[in-house]
Amino acid sequence: MAVAVGPLGIGTRAPVAGSRIAPWLACGVAALAGAVVIGILTGPAGLPLGGSLVEVADHVLPVDLDSGLTAAQATILWEIRVPRVLLGAAVGWLLAGAGAAYQGVFRNPLADPFTLGSAAGAGLGATLAIVYGPATGSWPLDPLPVASFAGALLAVAVSYMLGTGVDRSRSATSIVLAGIAVAAFFTALQTYVQQRDTDTVQRVYTWLLGRMSTATWDDVRLVMPYLIVCSGGLLALRRMLDVLRVGELEAAALGLHVARVRLAAVALATLGTAAAVSVTGLIGFVGIIVPHTVRLVAGASYRRVLPLSMLCGGAFLVLADVLARTLASPAEIPIGVVTAFFGAPFFLLVLRSRRRA
Amino acid sequence: MKHPWRPIALAVALLGVVGCGADRPDAAGGTPAPATTSTTTAAPLTMASSTSRAPGAATTSGPTAPSAPKRIVSLSPTATESLFAIGAGPLVVAVDDQSNFPAEAPRTELSGFRPNVEAIAAKNPDLVVIADDSAKLAEALGKLKIPVLVQLPAKTIDDVYAQIGELGTRTGRRSQADALTARMKADLAAAVAAAPKPSKPLRYYHELDDTYYTVTSTTFAGQLYRLFGLTSIADAADDGSGFPQLSAEAILTADPDVIFLADTKCCKQSARTVAARPGWSTLKAVKANAVVELDDDLASRWGPRIVEFARAVAAGLPRS
Repeated sequence: MAVAVGPLGIGTRAPVAGSRIAPWLACGVAALAGAVVIGILTGPAGLPLGGSLVEVADHVLPVDLDSGLTAAQATILWEIRVPRVLLGAAVGWLLAGAGAAYQGVFRNPLADPFTLGSAAGAGLGATLAIVYGPATGSWPLDPLPVASFAGALLAVAVSYMLGTGVDRSRSATSIVLAGIAVAAFFTALQTYVQQRDTDTVQRVYTWLLGRMSTATWDDVRLVMPYLIVCSGGLLALRRMLDVLRVGELEAAALGLHVARVRLAAVALATLGTAAAVSVTGLIGFVGIIVPHTVRLVAGASYRRVLPLSMLCGGAFLVLADVLARTLASPAEIPIGVVTAFFGAPFFLLVLRSRRRA
Repeated sequence: MKHPWRPIALAVALLGVVGCGADRPDAAGGTPAPATTSTTTAAPLTMASSTSRAPGAATTSGPTAPSAPKRIVSLSPTATESLFAIGAGPLVVAVDDQSNFPAEAPRTELSGFRPNVEAIAAKNPDLVVIADDSAKLAEALGKLKIPVLVQLPAKTIDDVYAQIGELGTRTGRRSQADALTARMKADLAAAVAAAPKPSKPLRYYHELDDTYYTVTSTTFAGQLYRLFGLTSIADAADDGSGFPQLSAEAILTADPDVIFLADTKCCKQSARTVAARPGWSTLKAVKANAVVELDDDLASRWGPRIVEFARAVAAGLPRS
């Protein structure tokens, strides 16, 4: 399922500009597919490997197969493990893709899904909903994800307007600076509200720390439409992001409407970030490290960086979550600890080897 | 407007927001906060603060209290309950914002988690009781010559009795305190004696929040469960804290005989929400209606109401 919905749709359909992109995409697809298979086959429940594969095939393929798993094992596999693996793939895909887009738009290597205040805005929205929101048990829709989305979009909108408003040249730096200020302001508000109400402080913390451990099919279904819209939109912009790489004035001279490209890319990346953040909480690091690693290995063209970041981001987070689930089994390790602990040294290694070469 | 589609793009994005919410029935996760938060584990607050601290025996600091205090400030919900239970309630002039029992306790905005020395001193107390001194409150109040009694979260049931006894001694109500602890011991023994005796040892999952933080048998709550012959499914996952986070897979694989929910208030969980979780309806405890909804406060405090906690546990045990 993951393999079908995830990489193939984009990998095969993306117009191949230059013959050397296809091998890279094939590698990315293979990495993600491999990671998903590893993710599905490992976990604290220790299910039989062959049976697990047959069971997944039974669900995915239009044939009736007997996996030999007990009902309880089949439930664990299909209701707990598979959605968690797919959610990890989707969230890593979105965060890394958004990070690559932000870095391209702002021509700033430190831009990532959290630089523009979207995370702080999402946190403020969610905290407000938790602290002041009505009892939501009977509501047809939960206000929490809505509030976090609204907060993220508000923060980015404010950052964008302030950043472009103060500076006629619409330089990328001023938007990032505005984003940092907005993030600080929203974080201050969020902390204040959170500290005001100690009855709900635990719920707020739980939300902030993320919920990969409780992934369900509902989460996967929630994220998928955003993944398709954001990925499709960003990939459509990949050539313009390449033009933007040469510089804003130069890009404008080449006929590119810089502000429009920037707004479209920022809106798409923010939407993707907000979708990811609203289901799994803050998973830092993916949005910065994955696109940079891809750049170091495969080159800086966004025709490569964008799709490869998405594929590798998904693979990276699935593998990180495998470690989070199994290293201390049956206990969990926070996913952010794993991504940083294994990702940072790996990135430094790539950085060093490329510098030498 | 120079870029007429800027507001349109935002509006479209916001519409997407609403659409998304509708897809999603339960609470979501997400976050702001600096990236560093993602690397720290937060065990659930109320009990986690106990884990890394010295054994639960109480310690006093500051100048030795010369005579029985007349103006007590309690920043510990447990101590508040104990003070009122031994008849020292009239001496209590202020309690923290978490001290919601008994109802007549003079609840204020004071916080035990983020204590404000000036605000506490303004109550003009001659004894301050706290359950956590990570903020070095005892030292700060000591400079103001205000005695502080630190009663850390209990590690054992005997710690509970010792702390109540100490509160009795400090407030000149030792005999009431001794009577209370004697009654608690008797009630606890009676609750255990009256509880169903399963033919084989039962295993439980005690849920601290809806991300599956739990307790092991070595924690204070775990010891209460042990009185009933119960063992935690998390014992293999003990990370040293006593409060590990389990994966959903591990819980389903362990298939506990009984589930205790200590997150009915914080996280609005119930037997119904547990049964509705993907895959959980196959659990023995869910099928046997052995999902026990506890009061979060009862399950996280170590005062006189541990007897009520124990009775709730006993009442929830499957009768086989």
